[in-house]
Amino acid sequence: MAKDNPIKLRTENFNVYYGSKRALHNVSTEIQANKVVAFIGPSGCGKSTFLRSMNRMNDLIDTFRSEGEIEIDGLNIYDKSVDVVQLRNRVGMVFQKSIPFPKSIYENVAFGLRLAGKISKSEIDGIIEQSLKRAALWDEIKDRLNDSAMGLSGGQQQRLCIARAIAVNPEILLMDEPCSALDPISTAKVEELIAELKVDYTIVIVTHNMQQAARVSDYTGFFYMGNMVEFDRTRTIFTSPSKKETEDYITGRFG
Amino acid sequence: MAESMKNTLTKRKIRWGEWIAETGIKVVAGASILLIVLIFIFVFREAAGIFSGKTVKSENVRPIGSTDENSKPEEYSLPDDTDTATNKNGTKAESNSPDVYNPEIEEIKKPAETPVSEAVAASQNRSIWENLMSKVWQPVGEDPKFGLLPLFIGTAKATFVAILIGAPLGILAAVYSAFFAKRWLREIIKPTIEILAGFPSVVVGFFCLMIVASLMQSLFGLEYRLNALVGGFGLAVAVIPIIFTITDDALTSVPKTYREASLALGATEWETAFKVMLPAALPGVVAAVLLGIGRAFGETMIALMATGNAAIFSGSFTEPVRTLAATIGAEMGEVIWGSLHYNILFFVGVLLFIISFCINLVTELFVKKRLARKFQGV
Repeated sequence: MAKDNPIKLRTENFNVYYGSKRALHNVSTEIQANKVVAFIGPSGCGKSTFLRSMNRMNDLIDTFRSEGEIEIDGLNIYDKSVDVVQLRNRVGMVFQKSIPFPKSIYENVAFGLRLAGKISKSEIDGIIEQSLKRAALWDEIKDRLNDSAMGLSGGQQQRLCIARAIAVNPEILLMDEPCSALDPISTAKVEELIAELKVDYTIVIVTHNMQQAARVSDYTGFFYMGNMVEFDRTRTIFTSPSKKETEDYITGRFG
Repeated sequence: MAESMKNTLTKRKIRWGEWIAETGIKVVAGASILLIVLIFIFVFREAAGIFSGKTVKSENVRPIGSTDENSKPEEYSLPDDTDTATNKNGTKAESNSPDVYNPEIEEIKKPAETPVSEAVAASQNRSIWENLMSKVWQPVGEDPKFGLLPLFIGTAKATFVAILIGAPLGILAAVYSAFFAKRWLREIIKPTIEILAGFPSVVVGFFCLMIVASLMQSLFGLEYRLNALVGGFGLAVAVIPIIFTITDDALTSVPKTYREASLALGATEWETAFKVMLPAALPGVVAAVLLGIGRAFGETMIALMATGNAAIFSGSFTEPVRTLAATIGAEMGEVIWGSLHYNILFFVGVLLFIISFCINLVTELFVKKRLARKFQGV
């Protein structure tokens, strides 16, 4: 199957605590560049925590504390010298609930670009068009870029959020259950999109939907009770898992 | 089975306890609404006296001494007397005059027989509207002048200063408390500012009168100790808690997910607060400022104590001002019941009511919906 790419993201004995509660136990993994990695597991197993640790969104939680390392291109992102704002610029994120800002469609996509600093109007226009095209949204909304983003359908909103995330050209794209609030047609569109985006980005996706993980990902990690039970090529996980828990979960015996 | 089911369903129970409670609530609600309506009717009725002409002879229209001494026909017809010249045959203005006064006869007979003094006659010959629109507020005197313009200007100046100080402070304090302050600090800031809202305004007024006024005078070398700036500052103290509280509520009701989404795009906390959260809460912020404006011009005690209370028609912010509300507060206690002055004070009250009603209406209908539509794309 897929040949090995250079390592983009590597974690080494990564632990997360919320107050005294330990949410992740010694998670160690390697994620290759330009691959789609899916994390599956039952609710509360720590997969979202792990995902949100990769761009330090967990820092927003008062009781959050971490041990161990997450390295992106060899740099520990929990090092004191790391600028979180720059990190989040390089590691984009799409959330479970689509969260367009209450602004126009145009302004939504332009938001991240304007943060980066001075940029000309024509450049912004170009990137917006390109991002919306990549997110497979351009044809549907090109005539109403100045309408409010809140007027879009749920699926369109989520694709807008993806366009917004890729407009700032991140290296890694984190997706936290991006399709859980979408109908099947919209889900199919987003999945198609993921397959296209991996040419340029490393994608990490958390999903409840095992079929989705099987469809879109190259590698799959199975989380259970804060441990990463198994991490392997997706085909291996879904056809011949080495651990009993993984097999039980993917065959629907629990979860 | 079906039969018994039908029986239980069709048997209507009367729940007397609930009925009594419901009716009681209805009566109480109705009574409070009725009370408000009655207050409005009273205020409007008293104000209407201006136009109906059924006013008691006030201190202003008291006939003075013998008529011959004061009113000479030659003087009356002098063209340079501007007050008289404005409306020689002003038939509308006979409202306060005794029964013998008849302007049509007046035209023919010349005013020799008029029993009132010249100044009073002048005031009567002016239409009430001209009087209200003049630039002098001098309600007591031989020729009472009820010009509302200086009061309007004074109110506008004091309110303007209050909002100029209060809106930025209130909004920024709310942004700080909502997004930047640590939780324990927020737990202190919010209740403290909210307590300020319930602070007796007379204490604020006293503080401004005694301390702020002297401070400002020595700081800026102002000619007048009490002026629009000091008054506006005092009003700002009253306005800040309102703007703060409503803005804070608006900001905290913006979904937390916006903040996450913005931060995830590489925005700083600062950019998130001012480019995402504040715009998203804009309808609430605008409503807060408008309510602040309403509070500022309706505030009586602070205005009464800290503005200097001189009804001056001028655009300068360093001169004393007199607000509409303070005028009622200062003069209602000493006015003669049923006099024109009395009616005009009520009329001022009606104006205050109308203005604040309009502000609330604008807030409710126009601003909120417009902004909501703009930002939420409803």
